[in-house]
Amino acid sequence: MNDFFNKTDLSRIDAEKIISDTLNNCDDGELYLENSKSESIVLDDGKIKSSTYSSDLGYGLRAVTGEVVAYSHSNEISKNSLKQSADNLSSTLKSKKGIYNHEIPKTNGQFYKNINPIEEKSLQSKLELLKEVNNYTRAKSGIVQQVTASFSGEHKSIEIIRSGGEVLTDVRPLIRFNVSVMLEKNGKKETGVYGIGGRQSYDEYLKDDNWKKVCDEAFRIASVNLDSRPAPAGEMKVVLGPGWPAILIHEAIGHGLEGDFNRKKTSAFHNLMGQRVASEGVTIVDDGTLHNRRGSLTIDDEGTPTEKTVLIENGILKNFMQDRLNARLMNTRSTGSGRRESYKHVVLPRMRNTMMLNGKYSQEEMIKSVDKGIFAVSFGGGQVDITSGKFVFNCTEAYEIINGKIGAPIKGATLIGDGPSILKEVSLVGNNMMLDPGIGTCGKAGQGVPVGVAQPSILIDKMTVGGTQL
Amino acid sequence: MVKDQDYLKKTASFCIDLAKKLGATDVTTAVRHSISETVNFRNRKLDESNRSDSLEVGLTTYIGKKKSSISSSNLTEDNIKALIVRCIETTKITPEDEFNSLPDKDLLATKIKDLNLYDDDHIKNDKKIEYLKEVEEAALEKKEIINTETAFSESKSNFILASSDGFLNGYKSSSFSASCVAVAKNANNKMERDYEFTSTCHSHDMLRPNKIGSLAAKKTIQKLNPQKIESEKISIIFDRRISKGILSVLASAISASSIARGTSFLKDKINEEIFSTSINIYDKPDIVKGLGSRNFDNEGVKTKELKLVNQGVLKNYLVDTYYGKKLNLKSNGRSGGTSNLYFEKGSISYKNLLKLNQRTLYITETIGHGSNLVTGDYSVGATGFMLENGVFKYPVSEITIAGNFNDMFKNITLADDLEFKYSKNAPTMLIEGMVVAGK
Repeated sequence: MNDFFNKTDLSRIDAEKIISDTLNNCDDGELYLENSKSESIVLDDGKIKSSTYSSDLGYGLRAVTGEVVAYSHSNEISKNSLKQSADNLSSTLKSKKGIYNHEIPKTNGQFYKNINPIEEKSLQSKLELLKEVNNYTRAKSGIVQQVTASFSGEHKSIEIIRSGGEVLTDVRPLIRFNVSVMLEKNGKKETGVYGIGGRQSYDEYLKDDNWKKVCDEAFRIASVNLDSRPAPAGEMKVVLGPGWPAILIHEAIGHGLEGDFNRKKTSAFHNLMGQRVASEGVTIVDDGTLHNRRGSLTIDDEGTPTEKTVLIENGILKNFMQDRLNARLMNTRSTGSGRRESYKHVVLPRMRNTMMLNGKYSQEEMIKSVDKGIFAVSFGGGQVDITSGKFVFNCTEAYEIINGKIGAPIKGATLIGDGPSILKEVSLVGNNMMLDPGIGTCGKAGQGVPVGVAQPSILIDKMTVGGTQL
Repeated sequence: MVKDQDYLKKTASFCIDLAKKLGATDVTTAVRHSISETVNFRNRKLDESNRSDSLEVGLTTYIGKKKSSISSSNLTEDNIKALIVRCIETTKITPEDEFNSLPDKDLLATKIKDLNLYDDDHIKNDKKIEYLKEVEEAALEKKEIINTETAFSESKSNFILASSDGFLNGYKSSSFSASCVAVAKNANNKMERDYEFTSTCHSHDMLRPNKIGSLAAKKTIQKLNPQKIESEKISIIFDRRISKGILSVLASAISASSIARGTSFLKDKINEEIFSTSINIYDKPDIVKGLGSRNFDNEGVKTKELKLVNQGVLKNYLVDTYYGKKLNLKSNGRSGGTSNLYFEKGSISYKNLLKLNQRTLYITETIGHGSNLVTGDYSVGATGFMLENGVFKYPVSEITIAGNFNDMFKNITLADDLEFKYSKNAPTMLIEGMVVAGK
């Protein structure tokens, strides 16, 4: 365990006293301590462009009464600094009448090993592999103009001290390996990007020449796009491939089911609990307990064990994702979804691994059933307006479907839809559920956290495709 | 209180001396301290208060043409020492890159102009709360508004940039900002959201609170009961919120890194006409109290005003030391990007711009990340209003707009309503011939 108190004038006993004094008559709150190490090594244009290592340490002290959150954070762990934070909190929360809820469930599982991925692979071997990636990818074809490859790794230790001295800890490894390729043919340029990662050591993902598959995939996507035609514009049928395209669910549905927006009644879903929000056969869960997945957590950032939360069951809205604050105010329990980017950020209810479960149709059946539409295989980023429910995402690999057959690739286009109604347009759910490769980062209120998604292929009867061909 | 220059200089010098002693041939470091306090209000009640105190060091060591970096917010002496040792060890085994170097000495900033970027005023949380109450009162005056979220943030920061070449400079800056997000509901329980904000270096330059509240409410209510329109080719007007985004696209596409790496749709377009001939674009670092103002860039290189686009012709890339050496160009002090980047205002009034076409789609918000800087393709989700003969007819949503920047840039007409609200600023902008996808 990381000892946050051995190089400071602040003792654990001092800290516990400040916490208990500050949180007296509060409904909730804690001291969150974090020590993180991270690295990023980037190869670009044939050279090591940057190699960066960061070491960060800090705390965040939080007090909650009623709906009010007071938060103060600093990277200086000292008696003086913590006292200043405590004073700042007390001056904000003038009337405190809360009852501190000491109950905090203990976790019974651990979903990743306590390893430091940065130290598990030597810098030398990382540099050598990047060079190999560059040589391998460039050797694939003379049309390769640019190769960028990167390692990023993180090792984060957290400790949560609650009023009364309860202590919860977690150590979280996280890595990502990424390759981006730019091709140029007949004056036309296209890029392809692919990556893998999760909460294990680099070599778990790269061994057995697995890294070559990442290069191959980035190259393949760029090649497909070189032959792409302008995308159509207008409403049509859309078949989504399995795996990563589930970011549609993340954007369209997931954010709208986060507890805070529903408590505040600013989500388009806030009055739909128990109602049909999706076609029959559509079941969506948010699961923090998958082993070694990017979005998995043993405990969330408030110390609550994560779980598999059923959001939509057979088309009916069942649960929102909750942190402690929103759960208390909505008279329910935390689903272990309280997350923060770092000690510099307040806790918000967030997604973990958001997944649509299998139905019974094959992807082939879906494509056969479409006269005119598109088949979207991979996406870049997405975004949603929680209040109106409108969401978008950008295709990075897509094809036209004509008379039940996959046709030519089409240029990257934005798809736009309406969150509360889109899942009612899902007419077929596939039997080929796949997890994403472990690359997602979700942004909310300026905070980025690692997440995962999964889904089988699905057929959406009507979506607007934002191409240029009328 | 934010730490003073002496403290930051001492930390920076300590790091540089230690790195040199351990074998670095060159070193650069940046030390930054910032304190910010934010109060959030929601529906006339305190929602959140947040105090942030952050001291961080970043350091890059060079051994000949080898380079590596570290950064840390854990500033105990032991940790800093361990990190610098690690940085040197990493540098030793990192391959050489002939273009790695500190900036040319003669380009470094020597004079620091007082750009009035710091206001010592401290607004106590109680005062922030009073301000936010006024914002919300103004917004909630309108019966359609069912939810307001407001925030007031004050932040002070100080930094030092130092290098083993003797550069040692920095200055304080401050920022005061307030925002209001409003949610309105129609008779069928359908909701829309919009916002207004103010952000300035000096507290007394902030917008009046009632103005923020009433503007946020007005903009939100206007969006109620939107329609989806047919797919068509149509002229589009970008509100100033959106038109400034064209400058972000330009800045990324003409950065020396995109050009040197060959990943820009504007590669090899220097001295070519990329915009219509009426377009002039400036990057001016020395605007007093400017939100993007600076005396030098991230490497200490002095920044001068640049005319990036002259009568539609691209005249300059944005050059830092590394990619400058790769392109055989001198750094023009744009490591870290542009300063205050803006379009020179156009010659037609806002009202007349709205009337230029019989039917125009007026865009107030875009969502998604649909700008491809390699190909210039653009496709994003959008909301806005249908204009007929210059009159706002009805709100529009759930559509996309698409085009290619190469064509879009050449079809821009600017209004004369330039204002400086962001670090990138553009007047209201008409672009002919874009494709809308709707029904």
